[in-house]
Amino acid sequence: MSQENSSSLKTTPLIDIHKELRGKLVPFAGWQMPIQFQGVMQEHQCVREGVGIFDVSHMGEIEIQGPSAKGLIQKLVTNDIDSMHDNQALYTLMCLENGGVVDDLLVHRFSEDHYFLCVNASNAEKDFQWILKNAGTCDATIRNTSHETAQLAIQGKHSEALLQKLCETPLSEIRYYHFTKEKIHNFASIIARTGYTGEDGFEVYVDAGDAEPLFRAILDAGKEFDLKPIGLGARDTLRMEMGYALYGNEINEESRPLEAGLGWVIKLSKDEFIGQTELKKQKAEGNRRKLVGVRLLDRGVPRPHYRVLKNGAPVGELTSGTFSPTLNTGIGLCYVSPEYAEPGTKLEVEIRKLNVPAEVVKPPFLPTSVKKD
Amino acid sequence: MEVPKDLKYTQEHEWIRIDGKKAVVGITEFAQEQLGDIVFVELPEVGSEVEQESPFGVVESVKTVSDLYAPVSGKVTAVNKDLETNPEKVNSEPYGGGWVVEIELSNEKDIESLLDADAYTEQCQKETE
Repeated sequence: MSQENSSSLKTTPLIDIHKELRGKLVPFAGWQMPIQFQGVMQEHQCVREGVGIFDVSHMGEIEIQGPSAKGLIQKLVTNDIDSMHDNQALYTLMCLENGGVVDDLLVHRFSEDHYFLCVNASNAEKDFQWILKNAGTCDATIRNTSHETAQLAIQGKHSEALLQKLCETPLSEIRYYHFTKEKIHNFASIIARTGYTGEDGFEVYVDAGDAEPLFRAILDAGKEFDLKPIGLGARDTLRMEMGYALYGNEINEESRPLEAGLGWVIKLSKDEFIGQTELKKQKAEGNRRKLVGVRLLDRGVPRPHYRVLKNGAPVGELTSGTFSPTLNTGIGLCYVSPEYAEPGTKLEVEIRKLNVPAEVVKPPFLPTSVKKD
Repeated sequence: MEVPKDLKYTQEHEWIRIDGKKAVVGITEFAQEQLGDIVFVELPEVGSEVEQESPFGVVESVKTVSDLYAPVSGKVTAVNKDLETNPEKVNSEPYGGGWVVEIELSNEKDIESLLDADAYTEQCQKETE
């Protein structure tokens, strides 16, 4: 309950609203962000059963435009952007030559020579420098637009009906991992059908200056849907239930993305990209370990770095762990050697002095409700 | 914020209701509010000895783990088993159904170092400034 020195922290354009809504502000990745409003459990349930709104303006945005934009991004990322069409978004990794992960991100294509990337808050500046360094003299303009862009996430089954009240374009026509440039309540926005919760929903990018009036307009329109503001606490429990990787926990510059189960965004046979040689080698060698879900079979809350055991002997440590509000049980993610990776394998999580029984689960921990075509 | 006058408090945000040699212990409304939704309470064994100002259990919210400190030394004579299935009672009824343990005091002088309601209220105000 100590008071952190908040003077050096960055704030989003929505800081005043967070205070007004009595959000509990904490330092996160260099930002002062609301960890909760009414409470993590209630907010989590609100997104799973209705609709919630998140301020995720701490996330970074990088815009790349020019004749070489496509080639540059194709060289930087592991997924294949060649087959993307306009108004499409793609989840991908950006790797080092040694195969370690620089960041995980979303690539959005406006047109063949114009893209924007949504990157993690803690990596935004690093990513920008990495991109500049690898761009060399290529013919593309690269801009870190993070400070002038705000991002809101509206997530939950009522998100479409809610946003539709403020928007003329038929939102039902925006497919999963697609976006459109449209006005919401007269504010120019990029509306993407993406998210980090496992629910249907949207991520909306607007000019920082429009964020507060837009947030208020959405809150107002959301009353009939019982819309609530959601903090980073529930953002984490929601992503955990989906088994989504979090940069800094499951993946980092030392991790092997193939072992994290991210092979589906690593297109080894595409044109040359940074990390390709090493990742091909790792693929050929096979996984030394594998990221699995772990579900507690008894009471307790698993936390990052807790040891995972097999019959009392250490076999790994949790990269993430939390209490699942939906399952009412502890869940976590952990790298284990392939012999322990089979779903149903009985393990234990060491919580203080107790070895709590657990079993291996293939994530997601719950079925997802995203709007796939 | 509710700080009942008939209870004593610790700087670590436990309350204690003393009745002769026995005392019931829980965490304060301020503490539960700061912790957020409580999802797990680790209780000591009945019959175990606890020592004043030493940890005797743990409360966990979704985001944090927090030790419980014994307001007095003594023997644990009862624990609130209900919290194993309903830990949220620590949030909803911190001074009632959310009690944690009952302790038989081994040294009544321990009480002298506890805070009264006014002193505890003042401490909480300082922490939120």
